[in-house]
Amino acid sequence: MSMSFKMALRSIGSNKLRSVLTMLGIIIGVIALVVLVSLVNGATKSVNEQIASLGTNYMQIYIWNTWDDPLTSRELETWADGEELVETVAPTIQNSATAKFGARSKQVSVVGTTSAFYDIRGLKLEKGRFLKPVDVQNNSCICVLDSIAADNVVGYRDCVGQEISLNGIRYTVAGVLAENDSMMMFGGESTVYIPFSSMLRQYAELSGGIDSFYAIPPKGVSVSDAAVSVRNWLSGRFEKDEWGNDNFYVSTMDALEDSASSVTSVLSALLGGIASISLIVGGIGIMNIMLVTVTERTREIGIRKAIGATRRSILSQFLMEAVVLCMMGCIIGVFLSWCILNLANSVVQGLGLTFDLDAGVVLLAAAFCFAIGLIFGLYPANKAAKMKPIDALHYGG
Amino acid sequence: MIDLKDITKVYQIGEEKIYALNHVNLHIAPQEFVSVIGPSGSGKSTLMNIIGLLDTADAGVYTLDGIPINEYSENALAGVRNRKIGFVFQNFNLIAKLSAEENVELPLIYAGTPARERSEKVKKALEKVGLSSRAKHMPTELSGGQQQRVAIARALVTDPSVILADEPTGNLDSHTSAEIMEILEELNDQGKTVVLITHDNDIAKRAKRIVHILDGKLSEVRL
Repeated sequence: MSMSFKMALRSIGSNKLRSVLTMLGIIIGVIALVVLVSLVNGATKSVNEQIASLGTNYMQIYIWNTWDDPLTSRELETWADGEELVETVAPTIQNSATAKFGARSKQVSVVGTTSAFYDIRGLKLEKGRFLKPVDVQNNSCICVLDSIAADNVVGYRDCVGQEISLNGIRYTVAGVLAENDSMMMFGGESTVYIPFSSMLRQYAELSGGIDSFYAIPPKGVSVSDAAVSVRNWLSGRFEKDEWGNDNFYVSTMDALEDSASSVTSVLSALLGGIASISLIVGGIGIMNIMLVTVTERTREIGIRKAIGATRRSILSQFLMEAVVLCMMGCIIGVFLSWCILNLANSVVQGLGLTFDLDAGVVLLAAAFCFAIGLIFGLYPANKAAKMKPIDALHYGG
Repeated sequence: MIDLKDITKVYQIGEEKIYALNHVNLHIAPQEFVSVIGPSGSGKSTLMNIIGLLDTADAGVYTLDGIPINEYSENALAGVRNRKIGFVFQNFNLIAKLSAEENVELPLIYAGTPARERSEKVKKALEKVGLSSRAKHMPTELSGGQQQRVAIARALVTDPSVILADEPTGNLDSHTSAEIMEILEELNDQGKTVVLITHDNDIAKRAKRIVHILDGKLSEVRL
């Protein structure tokens, strides 16, 4: 075994240019595989980080039925107090309104909620404060703007204490939220937060039923466990609609992460598949050159057989040569991939993206190269092993 | 030890059948020194290839050390070539990429000899042919006579009972030829069976027994 390895190295070394050209196919294939998959993985990681930055481990529950025995915020909070698996809840009602500041007028989204919303969503303030429990108790006419609303409606961020009107009712700006990447990701709509009770008064036509709420589990309880308790409660609370579907939907960040990762894993499988094709093409190059090598060395094969080489030893010699050729290509390819990824990292520096050489894909490439060496080496090696000693000895002279 | 009965080898060239060996009978006893002499095309190389297990006969029985060779598997034949037969070819047939000692070592590798034992045996074999000082040289750096001596060292490194020499002096000048023949004679004196194939009467005469071959038929000659 070690002997055929030495022989393989010597044979590869004896014709360096040809060996390198033969390996080139494998090298390019490995680079394609490793670099593409690593790039996708880097992008995936950055998407997942952005998803994680959307908030901590909260869930959002949408309620479709807000007219037929609507769920009130009092009922929700009473339930949450008695439910061990849910720590805090924040009811919301969403509607749209025309916001005016001086002569400016903009269409905004209005969300009526409670102070708990701030912690559950993991928001940050740029100026002022968020809604407080006392605001909700007193139906206060105060509002909190997100950064987009501040830019669009007021025109500047430092606007705490200014008054805006929503559909004609005046609200004092109590705070402005900090800018958040994830907001841009989800549409970048101007949103104005007002106390839940003020929301009910503002839109008298509403039934008082909440159309959505946020909930987080206490420490040590997973979101998915909490989601189960929410589902159990709501399935009892709301009848199914006429088609037998639930009248609510529980959305967790897990689900978002899952769907993001399923998209990226499809992407990396697709690119990996394309790269694998180039590896196979490289393998055909190996087979081609091995066939040439076997023909060139027919006489050597004859000599080896005359002095006692068995089929098996000839087979393993040429197979080893093909595998070593492939694995050398693989090592060079992985090294060049590493260089390319470092280069890519220095290009995208500061964009929040990093591309690491993925150990999994390196292993995959190595296994793939090994298999290609075996598969495409087998035919030429077998051809060599099957030669009759007399024919091989007298070949070409 | 070598016993050929009714060995026939036919080559079909177009419509014509050519008998390279035509019902050949030959018995070679252990430790004999036999020359097979004949002009080119007489079938002497075919005879050597069959004795050396490089080729198989179309008809007849070849018994080596009491065992008919058609009872051997291909792997077993490789083993017999490795252990019982040493080849010396006209054109040396050294592997160009390997140094002298590596060429000599090769049969031992195929025999599965452990590395330490190998280097000892290689050293001894090269000593025997007087080439110890050239062990690290590549074949292209050696003269024809030296290359043939490496080939002889390779042939005897596994301590075979038979040395088959096919025109071993064919590519060498008369002085070098004499050296090679001396080595072969010495090997015979040490108990090896030597079969020498040649078209040169002077060379053939150095053997104790001479067999003449013409158009695939054998006849004993005593010069």
